[in-house]
Amino acid sequence: MQRITIDPITRLEGHGKIEIFLNEEGDVANTYFQIPELRGFERFCVGRPVEEMPLLVNRICGVCPEAHHMAAAKAADAVYKVDPPPTAKKLRELLYSGFYFTDHTTHFYALGGPDFVMGPDAPVAERNILGVIHKVGLEIGGKVIQARKNGHRVVEIIGGRKVHPCTSIPGGLTKGITEEQRKEIEEIGKWGIDFAHFSLKLFNDLVLGNKTYLDLILGDIYTHHTYSMGMVDENNKVNFYDGKVSIVDPEGTRIGKYAPSEYTDWIAEHVEPWTYLKFPYLKKVGWKGFVDGKDSGVYFATPLSRLNASDGMATPLAQEEYDKFYKTLGGKPVHQRLTTHWARLIELLYAAERIVELATDPEITSPNFHTVPTQTPTEGVGIVEAPRGTLTHHYKTDERGILTEVNLIVGTTNNYAPISMSVKKAAQSLIKKGTVVNEGLLNMVEMAFRLYDPCFGCATHSLPGQMPLQVTIRDSNGNPIEVLKQFC
Amino acid sequence: MSTNAKPKFAMYWAASCGGCEIAVLNIGEKILDVDANFEVVFWPVAMDAKYKDVEAMPDKSILLTLFNGGMRNKENEEIAHLLRRKSQILVAFGSCACEGCIPGLANFSNLDDIFKAAFDSVSTVNPDHIRPVPNFEMPEGVIHIPEMNPILKTLDQVVDVDYYMPGCPPESHQIAAVIDLVIQVLHGEATLPPKGATIGAGISTVCDDCPRTRNVKTIKEFKRIQLMSQIDDKLCLLEQGIPCNGPATRQGCGALCPQAGAQCIGCYGPAEGVVDYGSRLIAAFASVIDSNDPDEIDRILDGIPDPAGQFYRFSLAGSLLRSGKTAWDK
Repeated sequence: MQRITIDPITRLEGHGKIEIFLNEEGDVANTYFQIPELRGFERFCVGRPVEEMPLLVNRICGVCPEAHHMAAAKAADAVYKVDPPPTAKKLRELLYSGFYFTDHTTHFYALGGPDFVMGPDAPVAERNILGVIHKVGLEIGGKVIQARKNGHRVVEIIGGRKVHPCTSIPGGLTKGITEEQRKEIEEIGKWGIDFAHFSLKLFNDLVLGNKTYLDLILGDIYTHHTYSMGMVDENNKVNFYDGKVSIVDPEGTRIGKYAPSEYTDWIAEHVEPWTYLKFPYLKKVGWKGFVDGKDSGVYFATPLSRLNASDGMATPLAQEEYDKFYKTLGGKPVHQRLTTHWARLIELLYAAERIVELATDPEITSPNFHTVPTQTPTEGVGIVEAPRGTLTHHYKTDERGILTEVNLIVGTTNNYAPISMSVKKAAQSLIKKGTVVNEGLLNMVEMAFRLYDPCFGCATHSLPGQMPLQVTIRDSNGNPIEVLKQFC
Repeated sequence: MSTNAKPKFAMYWAASCGGCEIAVLNIGEKILDVDANFEVVFWPVAMDAKYKDVEAMPDKSILLTLFNGGMRNKENEEIAHLLRRKSQILVAFGSCACEGCIPGLANFSNLDDIFKAAFDSVSTVNPDHIRPVPNFEMPEGVIHIPEMNPILKTLDQVVDVDYYMPGCPPESHQIAAVIDLVIQVLHGEATLPPKGATIGAGISTVCDDCPRTRNVKTIKEFKRIQLMSQIDDKLCLLEQGIPCNGPATRQGCGALCPQAGAQCIGCYGPAEGVVDYGSRLIAAFASVIDSNDPDEIDRILDGIPDPAGQFYRFSLAGSLLRSGKTAWDK
């Protein structure tokens, strides 16, 4: 049996690896996507004071510490049964919207974008952010850098630091913002709306206007029919910071919404002995393995699933784009996973609009940014939408607020089963008897997991926009017969 | 050296969060200086990772390697040995590589308990208590994952380290300053600090950069920040009873957290000359306690709810303790 090992140098809980086994005919027999590391946060956070959790869990991920910071802060609020004042909640959401703005920009321009702007078959040397800039103009490069800086600036103003923010505590925040800072953030938001529109137009012109790409997007290779997950507000509109988690079945029917405290009624996790990461699934449907369909508990949690699981966007300009999205793609839900890149840009626009909304809220500069908890701490769950999926933190404490149990279901983890399935399907579709595995083809397999923006890919922080890959094809004795690499 | 043979640069992450890489990317246009002065030969975040190519290089052919992340498994250690062999200057970059950082708190637990927390959690359905195993036989063949070490080690517990660059993550302006220094050295305009030195940080403490006022006031109790109805935004946090780690922590960040109303949690590691971070912090806390009565002192110290975490939050793996006894229990 032939064996192909794709060894991306990756992160989150370590480095990811894909094993592709070919049968005697040279077709794909099976694929395994392995996560070979565990750091043990759920164990070693036990014994720590709950107010430190927003600081400790930042170190789970230096790319999206803001998501862990917020989920921890909300779980800690719940542990103390304290409701932070409106200003604190709005400031946290404002920080979070700034973070989304930077994160989605990075993914579209440095990672997902190059595949479309340059084309999946473009030479690897051009298929990166520099290639994009060369093709669409140097001015865009400056805008992308400015967009990332702007989002980080919002995080820094409210969170106190650019990486690993430090200001959320049980009951609110340690600081507020000044009128001067508010104005700066409002300008960042306004600039961001223009930038998001510009990005959507770019996607329209370069991708939707190109039949080859459209065929690729709408084709079967990147299509999966699973459940969709996403957090919504009381009007069932997408919300990143607060609300209930909505689940929609493969046909688009909402099967329910759960509050954070109810997550164990809805979500369970499956363990496999060949990887350190677990596979979450819908408990009410059950784990049926790596399969599509209504009878399989596999769900996905991405920008696309959030759009599917909601009834719309809470801001007017993003709502226009939401309507256009489903009109163009033939109604809800959408299962062609490459459209996630488009959905991400709609969320980018929403994040920018939300920055302006919150920055112009009359309460935002209020000094009332903390409520002192008065109840005895016990147990609490906090959920936010991380860019890479619904993020759940569940803490139990003793009466002093010292942690006795910690359970985390991290954004990307939600998508572990669907990513595994997408990789297998892409490999099966693209590696066929007699097919020579070449770089363009490898990139097509890679696109299957890049669209999820997985944190265990170096997806979000790869400067030239390349997932470094090495593929070794081995004969049945394990001897390498061909080595292919992607260079930058 | 000739102009078409630029010195070689590498950066690697072992068990880490990726924040160090983000901090490097955040130096902005300075990245171009790196590119102009170095040939980047290995940097998984920014380019294709070629272990084989690194193995094929002559020993000591990489001038500068910035290594972040802790040593959580055998694979981390193998790459540390490889890069040590190939590098003239190996820098332990960031808190994980220097002293273990937050993931080093795992050294208070053994692997069985770590696996139990992860694979028998409240949301996990695992009636057979399945655990990941290094080699697993699937119908198609054996697939592998690295075996975890019983404890997390720092980089210098595995290989010889030339310099230490602290911070979680190191602040971008400090990274830029270190890059400038190395470039000056390359041009003969500066010399390297002595081996073993801490670079990209000051020698004093966070308190020296903190604008909050210190009145050398002493305290009768430690307080939990979320339970305080009023926090003076001009006064030293420790003097208000908040257990702030500033007095033991190395200067380098610019006192970011205390300026944002949050206590220093110690991410820049021990100040210059401090052998054991926890001991120094205990001494600092003792000095603000306003009592000579042993019972009252005990009561005041009980106000620190998690002494192990308070005193060794970032530094456990690199401290004199290195691990708790439990880590080795079976």
